[in-house]
Amino acid sequence: MQTFDYVAAQTVDEAVSLLASKGDQARVLAGGTDLIVQLREGRRQLETVVDVKKIPEANVLSYDAQNGLHLGAAVACHRIYNDPVISKTYPGLMDAFTLIGGIQIQGRASVGGNLCNSSPAADSTPTLIAHRTMCVIAGPNGQRVVPVEQFCTAPGRNVLENGEFLLSLRVPAPPNNFGAHYLRFIPRNEMDIAVVGVGSSLMLGDDKSTVTDARIALGAVAPTPLVAVEAAAALVGKPISDDTIAAAASAAASIARPIDDMRGTVQQRIHLTGVLTRRTLQGALSRARGES
Amino acid sequence: MATRIHVQTTLNGEAAEFLCDSRQSLLEVLRDDLGFTGTKEGCSNGNCGACSLQIDGVLVDSCLVLAAEVDGKSVNTIEGLASPAQLHPLQQKFLEHAALQCGICTPGFIMAAKALLEKNPKPTEHEVRYWLAGNLCRCTGYDKIVRAVLDAAESMEASA
Repeated sequence: MQTFDYVAAQTVDEAVSLLASKGDQARVLAGGTDLIVQLREGRRQLETVVDVKKIPEANVLSYDAQNGLHLGAAVACHRIYNDPVISKTYPGLMDAFTLIGGIQIQGRASVGGNLCNSSPAADSTPTLIAHRTMCVIAGPNGQRVVPVEQFCTAPGRNVLENGEFLLSLRVPAPPNNFGAHYLRFIPRNEMDIAVVGVGSSLMLGDDKSTVTDARIALGAVAPTPLVAVEAAAALVGKPISDDTIAAAASAAASIARPIDDMRGTVQQRIHLTGVLTRRTLQGALSRARGES
Repeated sequence: MATRIHVQTTLNGEAAEFLCDSRQSLLEVLRDDLGFTGTKEGCSNGNCGACSLQIDGVLVDSCLVLAAEVDGKSVNTIEGLASPAQLHPLQQKFLEHAALQCGICTPGFIMAAKALLEKNPKPTEHEVRYWLAGNLCRCTGYDKIVRAVLDAAESMEASA
């Protein structure tokens, strides 16, 4: 592997000042499951690797019913799904966090890193969007907060400016009668990259039928994860039914603009978008009703 | 030339220290500098699991860990598994079930299975197969490996 300097930053300020002074020549290391491969294969040339795992704010993992989930950007997947309270509170997040790579990858890979890698096919991003997650970004001018659906700007690119890094994610506590679900299509049982991934969430009224809020996010069908605004609008204010779910699925499929590649064709991906939207809405519904 | 980094760690329960370059993976340092060649190099990109070991009890691919990152941490490799008196039950059952042919993937499978049984002492066949999805074997067809792990779980449970 190429030579670079390794610095384990102890504080936010130390990481920011290193990143600001090195520009494109520095990159943040969390789990390393993408970065170390890129360095070894020469796909990325760096002078400095800034390990952020020793920064307390990047390593926080806490939940309470008032503030929701505070997830440090460097926290590895296994820590999240092995937390009994958090995994029970956010089954729609666990759907994604438990299928990123195999067990060894989940022992290192962070959700923040999955987001910062900014792949259109990232498994965690659609479900973070469905949960209305906010990104806390640290930089030379202090901290700023960006809704997760605005974080990715193109394949491999995001809103992080020079000197900035993703510090943590804030996921609201699930309100009453809330349910979320993530599914992806892959041609094998596990260990693959999504051909299409969909994350959906629903909030129901006290009648457990009327949809008061909905959010649907699509992965791997555009240069960035997409929010299916009209698909959600097809559900809100109405009693949930097979017909409204079908309308939402068709609206979601209509905004997919995927590419053909070795994983799937345009036509297959558009079809899968509709199928996974329907299935994730059914999954979210049964969780919102407390049935699963 | 970057500065060499001084790393203090616990390796299979014993204090260990080494100097490394920032670009060296944990796998590289273990095999090339410390002589711990039990951990194998397969793909070196996180797909095959041959380099599996535990850091602070967590199963990882050591090709995707910088050696500098294990400062202050506890590393457990295949070399720490057997006692001087006997093999670990997983090792014994891999032999009994002939769960290996060329053997390159075996240390990774055994370390992964060890991590599984620590978390879940009585896994189902489905759980074993799912857990071991990050380990590749091109010889056995996996079936003998899965049987060896299930049998080891049973014998460890019986002797616990």
